[in-house]
Order: sequence, then structure tokens, then C-alpha cells
Amino acid sequence: MSQVLKIVIYVLLTIVAVISLFPLYWLFNTALTPASSTVKLPPDLIPLNATFDNFDAILKASGVTKIPIPGSDEVWRVPRLYVWFINTAFITLLSTAIHVLFDSMAGYAFAKRKFPGSNILFAMILAALMIPGQVTLVPLYLLITQWKLVNTFAGVILPGLADVIGIFLLKQYIQTLPSELEEAARIDGASEWTIYTKIILPLATPGIAVTAIFSFQRYWNAFLWPLVVLQNPDLFTLQVGLSFIHTSEFGTNYGLLMAGAALAAIPMIIFFFAFQRYFMQGLRIGALKG
Amino acid sequence: MNTNRVRHWLHLIIKFWNKHKWSYFFIAPSMILFFIFIAYPVVQAFLLAFQKVDLRGSTWVGLKNFQDLAESRLFWDAMRHTFIYAVFVVMAWITSSLIVAALIQPLSNRVQSLFRGAFYLPNVTSIVIIALVWIWIFEPDYGFFNFLLTLVGLPKVLWLQNPDIALWSIVLSTILIVPGSGVVLYSAAMGAIPREYYEAADVEGASGLQKLIHITFPLLKPTTLYLTVIYTIAGFQIFERVYIMTGGGPINATTTIVQLIFQTAFSDFNYGRASAQALILFAIIATFSFIQFKFLSTDVEY
Repeated sequence: MSQVLKIVIYVLLTIVAVISLFPLYWLFNTALTPASSTVKLPPDLIPLNATFDNFDAILKASGVTKIPIPGSDEVWRVPRLYVWFINTAFITLLSTAIHVLFDSMAGYAFAKRKFPGSNILFAMILAALMIPGQVTLVPLYLLITQWKLVNTFAGVILPGLADVIGIFLLKQYIQTLPSELEEAARIDGASEWTIYTKIILPLATPGIAVTAIFSFQRYWNAFLWPLVVLQNPDLFTLQVGLSFIHTSEFGTNYGLLMAGAALAAIPMIIFFFAFQRYFMQGLRIGALKG
Repeated sequence: MNTNRVRHWLHLIIKFWNKHKWSYFFIAPSMILFFIFIAYPVVQAFLLAFQKVDLRGSTWVGLKNFQDLAESRLFWDAMRHTFIYAVFVVMAWITSSLIVAALIQPLSNRVQSLFRGAFYLPNVTSIVIIALVWIWIFEPDYGFFNFLLTLVGLPKVLWLQNPDIALWSIVLSTILIVPGSGVVLYSAAMGAIPREYYEAADVEGASGLQKLIHITFPLLKPTTLYLTVIYTIAGFQIFERVYIMTGGGPINATTTIVQLIFQTAFSDFNYGRASAQALILFAIIATFSFIQFKFLSTDVEY
């Protein structure tokens, strides 16, 4: 390939990449520039006078959660943004962990074990893959209301645990694993649970990692369901909290809003760089029929 | 005789249980959750769509919810907005990810994965965050877009406040970002095309463009179909972007189907009607998913 053509390709790709990455760049740029910079023209294109003032402002704007200290009359006053961060981390990590366990168990059973009903159950899972989440939105809300779980973490987490994509992905992945080790262990008298934990899980680690990563991304970024279930600001997740601040009196203070958005975005971005390989792999497992 | 038969059956049941208990144990947690939180609510959604639901209970109203929707101007507006959004987004995303994947193909592996990462990165951030940034970019007085317009001497635009423009601004905010998934999948599919095809074409004196049209594009067809379907489904489900950026306004100019479902259920508390809207969305999406499964099950042949 000629040198000129190569340069043209690099220039084109760089332009497209800059446009694609611009919103993220603008998010961090605005978060780091002084608040006065968001009400002047021309705007600061790079954070020359970088400051964390906006981060202090969002901590104040988010309000305070009062946590009673056991055994005393005093309360512990924590900026809500921190509480939202912890809420989101709690919901995300717990949901992801349960997912990985349940989905890998079911994926293993559907992939490697023959049992009556497996075909019809798996066909139901495939059919459910086509159903958009909005269809179950209202019935789930009514169910959660009936169970008195509105405004609780259980109300957010429980319905989210039912997931067909993870079962499907792991079934596809575990199907590709060789069965010899499993059979050898069974002949040696290993229990079924031991076979699952000591043979299947280690072999399926790449597939499990992909499932865990997509699950983490989905729960960290979830919006509609937590928005519907949670009404008490102390229980909000980061995404719901950000939308709450956006509609509050601080909604047009863009420096402050971007600081909050940056804090919510950073964990996902770090997560992406740490597990980039699995993100790419996961896309391809999802796309190929396996 | 009778006790023998009972013992026989008991024996069979115990044998069945011993043989399969572990299998059922492994699927039990997922399947219980599946039936409570997916299967049952889906059935419920179908029933609710034919009922009027309020605080006193629910009454069967037949097709009334659907008839109301057919006569509702807002519903048809929401359908139109959603179709416009989905069509433009799918066309733009397929085109841009195909072009980007084609451009990175000749580069070295390391540079390729660098670019793939760069294009995938915006996809991991939540749409709530991305939508908040776009409100700021579209801000009338100090936003980046109007700053660019004033730089070249053009008048400012009310990107999200003008009802004639707001929907297009939301489309623009989506299509300016190249979808990382498309780049990654096209790039992988292009890498899998055997070199010999191009070498054979070279021997026959084919130009670069001819090779692209006659070799690359036809072999990418399964990827294109898959991406078209998943992007169409994603397009029809647009919600967060609209909810955050405009809330469906100004004067319902950007209301989409899911935004309408949300309003009908949680502002109007009309659960029956919201379920009817959700079923219509389901019908549209099921049609596309059906196509997806059909094409996914046809193997790629080189």
C-alpha cells in the first residue's frame, strides 16, 4: 500500500474517532474547568485551569443522607452522591455475582446434561430473548407493588435476576468445551457439584468473564427499572440520581452536572480498559450462533 | 398385585429422581426466576392489554385499548418519531461502522485494536450520561454546537427547544458516534475472508473498488443482516436519550413509543393502555427478531 494512501486512511480514521470520542472528552473537560467557563464564549477547549470545584459543588447539590449511628442519638451525614455510588456498586456487584452463579449452572445443564423437559425449557428461553423489556415493565411494577417492594433494593434486584441472555451465552460457550474431563471425574466418583465447581467452572472461565462483564455494564448503567422502583433519593442509583439532579434547580449548572456524570462514567471506563479483550470476545459470542 | 404396582411406580420415580435430580437442581434457580419474573409477567401483559385497570380493580374491555390507540394522535406521532429515529440510526450506523472497519483493515494488528478500542469506548458509558453531555453540547447560549455555528457566522439553533428540529437533534446525537459493536464485528468478518479470493481477483486485474463490491460486501452480508436487526431493535427501544434530553417535548415533538409507554403507565396510571402499547412494540420487534433468527441459522458459506 502506498505511503500516501496510508496517511489518508490515518487522517480519516483520526477525524472520525475524534468526533466519536468528543462527547466523552467534553464531559471531562467541562467537569474539570471552573464553573465560570460554562457561561462564556469561546469555551475553554482544554482544561487549562483544571479544578475540582465542580466535584465539590455536585457533592453539595446532591443533598445529604442521614445515617443513624447505632447506640447513639447522633446521625452520620453523608453526601448523597457517595451513597448513590455505594448503592449502585452494591446492586451491580450482587446482581452480577448471582447471575454468574445461576446462569453458569443453567448453562451447564442445558449444554451438557440430558434431562426430560430440557428442549422445551430452552425453547422458552430462546423465545424470551425476543421479548423487549418494556413488555414486562407494567406487570413487574404491579407485582413489585403487590409484594410491597417498591422503594427497596430487593425490588430493583429481584426482577433483574431473571435473565435469558446469560443462560444463552453460557450454554453456547459450555457446549464447545470437551466432555472427557467431566466423564473421567464421574467415573472416579466425583459428585455432580464437584464436577461443576472443579471442572466446568474453570474451563468456562472465559465465557463466564464475558457474561460477568456484560452483566456488570448492564446493571451499572441501568436506568428505567431503578427509576420506576426507587422514589426515595437515599436509595437512588447513580443514573437515577443524575437524572434527579438534572431536573432539580441545579439542572442548568453544566459544570456541576458534568462532574457528576464523570464520576458515574469513570468506573465503567476503567472497567472497559481492564477487560477490553472480553468485551470484544463477548460481542462475537453474541453474534455467532455458536 | 396392587402393592406391586405401587412399588413398581415408586421404583420408577425414585430411579428418575436419582438420575435427573442434579440436572433439575442446576436449572432450578434460573428457571424459577424465569417463570416468576419473565414468563408470568409476559402472560400478564397480554391480559392487561385487554383490561381497564384502576384502583378498584380491573375490568375486561376487549379491544378498546387498541381502538383508543388507533384514534390517538399522540400514539401515531410516537410511532412516526420512533420509525424516523430507527431508520436513520440504522442506516447511519451500518454505513459508518462498515467504512471504519474497511479503513482499519489494512493497518497493523496493534493499530487496529487501538482504533477498535477507541470506537468501542463511548458505548460502555450509560446513555443517561451521554444524553446529559448532549444537552450541554446543544445548549443554546454557551453550548459547543452553537459556538461552532457562531464561529462560521451562522445564526444560533435551538437544537432541543424547537419542535421542528428536536427529533433531528436526537438523531444527530446518536449517529455522530460510530457504534463500536459494528466496527468490531465487521472488522472480524473482514479478517475472516480468505486472502486467496483477493489474490484471484488481482490475477484477473480487478480494481480495489471492484474487489470491495464483488468480494467484500457479499461476504459481509450475514454480519450486515445481524447488525441491521440488532440496531433496528435498539432503535425502536429508544427511551433514555429522549427521557433525559427532551422528556418527549417540546409539545410531544420527540415522544417515542417507549417514552409513551412510560408516560401512560407512570404518569397517567393507565396500565391497560400502556400494556397495549408495549404489545405493539413487541409485535414490531418480534418481526425483526424473527428475521434475525432466520438469518442467523443460515450458515455462512465462502
